[in-house]
Parts: sequence; structure tokens; C-alpha cells
Amino acid sequence: MFVYADNAATTKLSSKACAAYIKTAEETFGNPSSLHSAGQRAKEVLEDCRMRIARILGADAREILFTSGGSESDNQAILSAARAGAKKGKRKIVSTAIEHHAVLHTLEKLKKEGFEIVLLPVGTEGIVRAEDAAREIDENTALVSVMFANNEIGTLQPVEEIGALCKAKGVPFHTDAVQAVGHVPVDVRKIGCDYLALSAHKFHGPKGVGALFIKRGAPLSSLIEGGAQERGKRAGTEDLPAIVAMTVALEEAVAEMGPVTKRLQSLQTELIDGLAKIPHCALNGDRTRRLPGNVSFCFEGIEGESLLLLLDEMGVCASSGSACTSGSLDPSHVLLAIGRVHDVAHGSLRLTLGRETTKEEVLYMIKCVPAVVERLRNMSPVWRDLQEGKRSYIL
Amino acid sequence: MALYSEKVMDHFKNPRNVGVIEDADGVGEVGNAKCGDIMKMYIKVKDGVLTDVKFETFGCGSAIASSSMATEMIKGKPLSEALSLTNKAVAEALDGLPAYKMHCSVLAEQAVQAAILDYYQKNNIPYDPAQFKCTHCAHDEEADE
Ligand SMILES: Cc1ncc(COP(=O)(O)O)c(C=O)c1O
Ligand SMILES: [Zn+2]
Repeated sequence: MFVYADNAATTKLSSKACAAYIKTAEETFGNPSSLHSAGQRAKEVLEDCRMRIARILGADAREILFTSGGSESDNQAILSAARAGAKKGKRKIVSTAIEHHAVLHTLEKLKKEGFEIVLLPVGTEGIVRAEDAAREIDENTALVSVMFANNEIGTLQPVEEIGALCKAKGVPFHTDAVQAVGHVPVDVRKIGCDYLALSAHKFHGPKGVGALFIKRGAPLSSLIEGGAQERGKRAGTEDLPAIVAMTVALEEAVAEMGPVTKRLQSLQTELIDGLAKIPHCALNGDRTRRLPGNVSFCFEGIEGESLLLLLDEMGVCASSGSACTSGSLDPSHVLLAIGRVHDVAHGSLRLTLGRETTKEEVLYMIKCVPAVVERLRNMSPVWRDLQEGKRSYIL
Repeated sequence: MALYSEKVMDHFKNPRNVGVIEDADGVGEVGNAKCGDIMKMYIKVKDGVLTDVKFETFGCGSAIASSSMATEMIKGKPLSEALSLTNKAVAEALDGLPAYKMHCSVLAEQAVQAAILDYYQKNNIPYDPAQFKCTHCAHDEEADE
């Protein structure tokens, strides 16, 4: 059996999006910046996509910028707000300890340039508190950046509350909605954000394409200099086939969201309940305030990479926040932020279900995971110490 | 391209000499749970020869495969030979490890040394401390740098 349970890493391109990609590549190959009819046809298609994506997000077409994906969108939003803030002497940015590296590393860069970076903590449930944000936002704050949904533990953040807070204090608000768009309802006006990042490959669109919402009037500077594409804010000939495929994929995801969410939540419950029977394990992140397809666990006494390799042998594609899977010495910053100690954070497993996941696949995982955990525990000196009482259980 | 060589995967999936030796003559444990790899090596010694070796490992694929390979390389060998086992030799015997995984194989070398050191100390056998490059976690060393 082959089970793809890593939909938070990326999703399979939908056949409708794939067909749209090929059709556009073959038929609408003109450069949208060209004056002739082939170029103008491409321009029309491009602007049609912009309008359709804007409609889904509750935005205006002029507020959508096409980019190469989530990382670029996050970088551009943060740097734009930071540069504009610095001009007014504002050099503080408030974000969270559980952001994606696309945000965290951009903030680290700004810290080296003299910005004060405040990362809000999260509790064991993996959710930031709006009160904590309120306490940190002041007249020196250039930007608040809080993700919509976390990529590792799937927790949903109180972005509407924080958006309202920012609005009241007149501080720009960015949200990394890469894991949310196409999976849960996302409306930029409801959130009240100034910037919002999305990425096509997380909702069955192609890789390497995404978008940034920038509220009209919010500062925007370019990362890539060159031609006048995207109103001069993002140079480079547009990848029209990818943009069309992204648009089709998003429309498809939004149209199916209701029934897909219902089905996923029931599979998610089944999987969580099934894995929770393993002794000395714990679910990461709040049980209910999470993305419908996310299941993340820590298992005591074992290490995540070996868990992934054995699951892969059984046909299950999963992910882990262990240090050895990332090549660094530290396990995932998200697991540490929710209070998992190093020993336990190394033994993490993330299974992210998608709209193609079946009940049979979930049942298969409920069979495989306990077997693999037991196999690894049986050769673990840590597990032996725990069992013999020489070390005390954390979970 | 696969992350690991076929040999690493073979030793990872079918580790040799896993387990404990209840009446071991020497036991060595290296690494710590904080850095994600712990290796425990048990040895039986007779007439200066390693008659039996067993291991337990908490760690990644490369840590488990390195432990398994290290036990195969030293089993039946004189202590002097086992002491000269290097992590490079273990990695080579596994047809190589990804560069960022080399630190996991260092633990195998250190676990062997730690077990032999324990044997020497338990039996009051004089030894040359210079032969024992390391008795603490390789990860700690890296972190100290
Ligand atoms: C929350 C979040 N932000 C940003 C990104 C980066 O997106 P992309 O891979 O499109 O650059 C990802 C995906 O890895 C993500 O999960
Ligand atoms: Zn390792």
C-alpha cells in the first residue's frame, strides 16, 4: 500500500489544474507585456486570474501580486513593511515563536539590521494569545506578523482578533496563510490584514507559484528589480501556465471545501484516536483548533528519522520535526515552543491528510505506526531505562 | 536519489547484534537524548578478544546502521584492534554517509571505546588514556566549538 500523508509539505497537482497548465502553455504562450495580440491575450488571462483569486480572498484584483510562492510572499510583505516603518523611525516587529522559516529567517535578517524582533510565545496548545500581542504592540511597531495556521502542528491562530487589534492601533498586519488558503475559509477583510501570503502547491496547484495580497495603500517595495511586471513590484515575465493552474486549483479547493473538511475531520479523529492508544505518546497542538488534515504526535523513547524511514519502507510518506531529519542539532522550534523537551521532540511524527486520503489508508497507518514505534522502542536504550524505572516518563 | 546507501538501509532495517548482554564485561553509553542520538554498547571479553558485542541505539537511521556495522567490525577481534576502529572506517564500510550525518557515526566509534574503557576500569587493567580519544558525546564537542 502507498499512502501519501505529507500534504502539509506539498500536495499532488490536481488533474484540472494540470490540464489548465498544459492548455495555457500550449495556447497562451505570449508574453503579457507584449503589445501584439498574442501578448494581449496572455495579459487578459493573467488579469482574469488575478480577479478570480481576489474574489476568493475577498480582495480587489489590484491588491493581488503574483510571486514564486509562500517564501517570496512572506519575504516581500515583511521587508516592505519593515522598510516603510524604518522611514518613520519604527523598528519593532512582533511575530510568533512558531512561524515558518520564511518568516523567521527574514526577521533574523532584520534583527541584524537593528530591528527589535519580539516573538510571542505559545502555550502547550500551540496557539498565540491576542492579549500577548496587544501588550507588545506599541508606537514603535512597524509590523505584526502572525501565521494563519501552523505547518507542523496545524494549529489555527486568532488572526481575526489580532487583525482587529492591529487595525485599532494603526499597525500593519501580515499573515502567512500558506497552510490555510484552500483548506479553511480565508477572507482578507474579515482578518483585517494588510498582507497575506499564499502558495499554490499547498492546495493542489503547481510548485513555484503563489501570491501576496497587499491592501490598497499598504507599503510595497520590490525584491526583484527589472521590468515593469506586476505594477513594477515584481519584475520577471509571469509564469502564466502556473498562475492559471493555481487559479483553477484554488477554485476547485474552495468549491469542495465543505465536504472535504467534513470527511477529513472524521479521518483525522479516527487517526488521532488510533495513535493515541500507543503508550507514552502525546498529540501536538490543540485537539480541535487545528487544520482538518493535521495529525502530529510525539512518541517517547524513539527518534523521528528512523520512524520515517521504517514507515517509508511500508509505503507511508510522513514527516518529522526531529533534528536528524533537518540536519541540525536541534529539533523543531515549533515543538520546543509548545513545551516539548528535546528528548521528546526528537520523537515526533507528522501525518497530514489530504482530500485524496481514504479510510483504508488511515486504517493502514493505524496499523503501521504502533508496530514501527514498538520496533524502535525495542532497540532503544532510552526506552529500556524508562521501562526499568531508571529514567522517568515525560509523556 | 536515496538519502542512504543500500548498505546503510540494510543495516538499519536488519540491524546485527541488537540487544543487551546481561553479564557484560564492559558497557559504554554515549550521546544524549538532547542531541537526538544515544548509543549503548555491551561487550564480553575473553583473553583480550571481544567474544560478543551487542548494542542498543536511540537515534536516526545512520546512528542505528553505524552501531550495527561497528559491532560487526569488532566482534571476534582483539581489544587493541577494536580500539583503533574509526568512525571513518565505519562510514566507509557502509558505503558512505551523507556529510551532515557523519556525527552520528562518531558515536559508534565512541561507544566501542567507552565499553572497552569500562572493561579496563572494572577489572583494574592498566591502560593508556591516550588511546581513548573521547568518552563524551560527539554532539557536545560540536556544540562547544
Ligand atoms: C506556513 C508556511 N509558510 C511558508 C511556506 C513556504 O512556501 P513555499 O514553499 O511556496 O515557498 C510554507 C511551505 O513550506 C509554509 O508551510
Ligand atoms: Zn543522527
